[in-house]
Amino acid sequence: MGEAIVITSGKGGVGKTTTSANIGTALALMEKKVCLIDTDIGLRNLDVIMGLENRIIYDIVDVIEGRCKLKQALIRDKRFEFLSLLPAAQTSDKTAVTSEGMKEIITELKQEYDYIIIDCPAGIEQGYQNAVAGADRAIVVTTPEKASVRDADRIIGLLEKEEMMESPRLVINRIRNHMMKSGDMIDVDDIVQLLSIDLIGIVIDDEEVIKASNKGEPVALTPNSKASIAYRNIARRILGESVPLQSLEDEKGMFQRVKEFFRMGS
Amino acid sequence: MLDKKQLVTIKGTREGLILFIDEACSFNEAITELHDKINSSKPKPDEPIVSVTVKLGNRYLKTEQEERLREIISTENRFEIYAIESDVVLKDDALRWKENSEVKIVNQIIRSGQVLNITGDLLLIGDVNPGGKVIATGNVYIMGNLYGIAHAGVNGDHNTFIIASYMKPTQLRIANYISRAPDYESEGVYMECGLIDEEQDKIIIDRLQVLARKRLELNGFERRIQNG
Ligand SMILES: Nc1ncnc2c1ncn2[C@@H]1O[C@H](COP(=O)(O)OP(=O)(O)OP(=O)(O)O)[C@@H](O)[C@H]1O
Ligand SMILES: [Mg+2]
Repeated sequence: MGEAIVITSGKGGVGKTTTSANIGTALALMEKKVCLIDTDIGLRNLDVIMGLENRIIYDIVDVIEGRCKLKQALIRDKRFEFLSLLPAAQTSDKTAVTSEGMKEIITELKQEYDYIIIDCPAGIEQGYQNAVAGADRAIVVTTPEKASVRDADRIIGLLEKEEMMESPRLVINRIRNHMMKSGDMIDVDDIVQLLSIDLIGIVIDDEEVIKASNKGEPVALTPNSKASIAYRNIARRILGESVPLQSLEDEKGMFQRVKEFFRMGS
Repeated sequence: MLDKKQLVTIKGTREGLILFIDEACSFNEAITELHDKINSSKPKPDEPIVSVTVKLGNRYLKTEQEERLREIISTENRFEIYAIESDVVLKDDALRWKENSEVKIVNQIIRSGQVLNITGDLLLIGDVNPGGKVIATGNVYIMGNLYGIAHAGVNGDHNTFIIASYMKPTQLRIANYISRAPDYESEGVYMECGLIDEEQDKIIIDRLQVLARKRLELNGFERRIQNG
């Protein structure tokens, strides 16, 4: 039986889709069977970041409305045999998806896959509720900005009301070291203290992320960019390994971790 | 010859009159007698108004009965009712008093968008995050960080207060008073309390030690029975 993890944030544009794509890819790199689900109906992105847009025939609404089987709608990744994507609908009516429909899909996928990664839309309305409905646990993404942290707190409050769910974990994305040092960004420790949930990863603001997204190749595939390492570390922590947090500081330490990572991987 | 038992006894003291009403007779009997007696001791138009304490013993007055009593004593006869004291309370009232004076312990983080509403005093073990709100009819004690809004004495009790291990609130509210955080970035305070300062007519934040002087009746039960 697989585990379903929803990636959510409350606030838009903080990196849910990027995190979903990269955690999924990193888990696949570690030879896990992974299925990504895009639940952002009408604003789908995950397929673009994964570079799979051109393969879409059916989508999640087609599955829920019975126009195709779940298996027919799943898109196999270009690089990994056991990485699939269930794309969102781009045009259909949002109300087509229900919590019940989501739960059914996820239950079925759990038979086949080790991890189901659900990319949640921004907001706290029906779209959010659908995305969360079938999940076993959540990863909350925030950036080190007040408004984003506030929305993360709001979401954590809502997640804590979901009875079936384990306590959420936190990813802090788009950290800029010089701003944090100068006090222009909220400190990682302060964020963790306020939200008081487990931190599962910090990701630096990295140009490579944008370059990679544009190429349709998640950054987790590049061997030595900082963000790539961060995402792979998150994947390892999901698998239960204890990996120390990446140092934001010295380049040397970074390089060593890369080597360390490859030793572990081989 | 034995005198008929007095149902209403009036006693003069320095503070005013005390009016004892027999607890065993019927209300109507008592009212009739009260009517006669009080009329005869009514102050003359040029005399000052006298205050009256009514002692009911083990009698409970319904709302209409109390209104009738007040009507006779103050409306018709120019006395001022200082208090109506009864030794009995309704179970409902007693339970409400108890509810109002209990300390409710909540172990939770109040996150953005969440509101915690409590009857009585609140002891929160956890933080109130920015955007979160706690409300109590009594005092608010927070063992944790207060970043959001805390409202004590929501039904109007000015004597309530707010305590937190650390406070850097968005707003403090006590009864109908509201104070907000300054617009400039400021440090929070550790182990302090917010309370209404009657002289300045606003909420102030002060060291916990001042409570010992300014809020003697920390024992909530009695405080609220007295304040109603
Ligand atoms: N660590 C990072 N470094 C640099 N850019 C990043 C990083 N993470 C995300 N971005 C960029 O931020 C933008 C928003 O990211 P993304 O689409 O993943 O956010 P989202 O939370 O899914 O947004 P939405 O709420 O619209 O679904 C994208 O342009 C992405 O490339
Ligand atoms: Mg997205």
